[in-house]
Amino acid sequence: MPHPLPPGPRPPAPGPRPLSRPLIEVRGLRFCYEDGTRALNGVDFRLERGETVALLGANGSGKTTFVLHLNGLLAGQGSVEICGLPVNRQNIPEIRRKIGLVFQDSESQLFMPTVLEDVAFGPLNSGMSREHAVERALAALETVGMSAAAARAPYHLSAGEKKRVAIAGILAMDPEILVLDEPTTSLDPPGQGALAELLVRLPQPKILATHDVPFARALCDRAVFFQGGVIAAEGPVEDIVIRFGWELALERSKLRR
Amino acid sequence: MHRRDPRAKIAALMVFLVVLATAHRALPAFGLALVLLLSAALIWARLPLFSALARAAIVLPFSLVFAAVCWLSGDPARGFSLLLKSYLSALAVLLVVSTTPFPALLRGLEMSGAPRFLLMVAQFLYRYLFVISEEAQHMSKAAASRGATVGSFVAGRSKGRSARFRAAAGALAVLFARSYGRAEDIHRSMLARGFLGRFQPFGALRFRATDAVFTLFASLAPVLLRAAVERAM
Repeated sequence: MPHPLPPGPRPPAPGPRPLSRPLIEVRGLRFCYEDGTRALNGVDFRLERGETVALLGANGSGKTTFVLHLNGLLAGQGSVEICGLPVNRQNIPEIRRKIGLVFQDSESQLFMPTVLEDVAFGPLNSGMSREHAVERALAALETVGMSAAAARAPYHLSAGEKKRVAIAGILAMDPEILVLDEPTTSLDPPGQGALAELLVRLPQPKILATHDVPFARALCDRAVFFQGGVIAAEGPVEDIVIRFGWELALERSKLRR
Repeated sequence: MHRRDPRAKIAALMVFLVVLATAHRALPAFGLALVLLLSAALIWARLPLFSALARAAIVLPFSLVFAAVCWLSGDPARGFSLLLKSYLSALAVLLVVSTTPFPALLRGLEMSGAPRFLLMVAQFLYRYLFVISEEAQHMSKAAASRGATVGSFVAGRSKGRSARFRAAAGALAVLFARSYGRAEDIHRSMLARGFLGRFQPFGALRFRATDAVFTLFASLAPVLLRAAVERAM
């Protein structure tokens, strides 16, 4: 059964790429974990204004390691610039306000006693008064359709609701860029559809690290394909999916059923 | 009692502990009077009295060791005093903890001047205890779905004692490794939302006139009880 997803984004206007500074510019990023696993082997990446980009690739190809570099949670060799700011110790507070990172496991992102306190966690950390932080949190909950859950404990919510609250926690910080790591994991098809509709409504440029090809098709202007810690190819989602045989794999899995 | 400002309860608790720690005369009678006082407070707070009295005894195995040392060294009165004081202290702390949400308690301690670092450790410990508990539940479900029971780890007859011990130790090690990984994820998500090493207060505390009255009476009660018991003896 196909996902109840909204229609895909409009194709980008023909012509040369914009000359303005990219929102994210990564050059030659390399990272090796303490156990010796080489996760990134020289990644070059750009995110332009208004773009939504899918990071595709197999498990262990480096997608999550890459997104953790975007707000300084991991620090490898090479350069990462967010809105013109290099990711370094001095700029990290500012960069974490600009990049809203939604983790794969919403359970790990929701740690406060109530939904409202969890969503207000980021604004309070950025120095807002309690009243202003609560106002922001309530507005973010309204955006994701979770206002009714404000006083509930996060661990009582369904997987889809947790994901929405996790996104609200990021939106409350008013980020310039949204980065979502495996956003559709553990969501049922209606939940995936609702999430896609929500993301289409949000005006920020987005990076979606995902295995979900229909989801990427519905939301993304282009895709980059990670393989062995490098970007093996980039282009329209459809081309990338066909080039790396993911379309074939999807069809095979449908036939087996 | 649940609605009182945490600072009022912390202040009353501190007075209680000082009065108890410095009492030396007529300890059995004073101890009994304090048990009655705390029992009245437990009933007022609508907490299960007998369950609370039993739970406070959790401290006894620890203090029993020191009490036994005192008894063996020829000072049984000191041993009795140690047991009584440790039990009453635990009961009073239990009363405060049971009537105050943990975040509010930490906030009250912070505003009462407790070291911030210590409070942050307590807050993380509290959060990660739940993480370990959740991971343990997931592992237990996974093991149960494959036919295992807790008993099979510790009391299975088909395996030798050392094999059972190794299986239980292995499960415990996996539990801590998984919990560590989960705790790392939580910490990362906190950093990603601008956490700078200090939890920002969410709910503002308000110390009302009723809190002042509560502090006055709750602090005076053990002082007056001790004075009355010591005078009567």
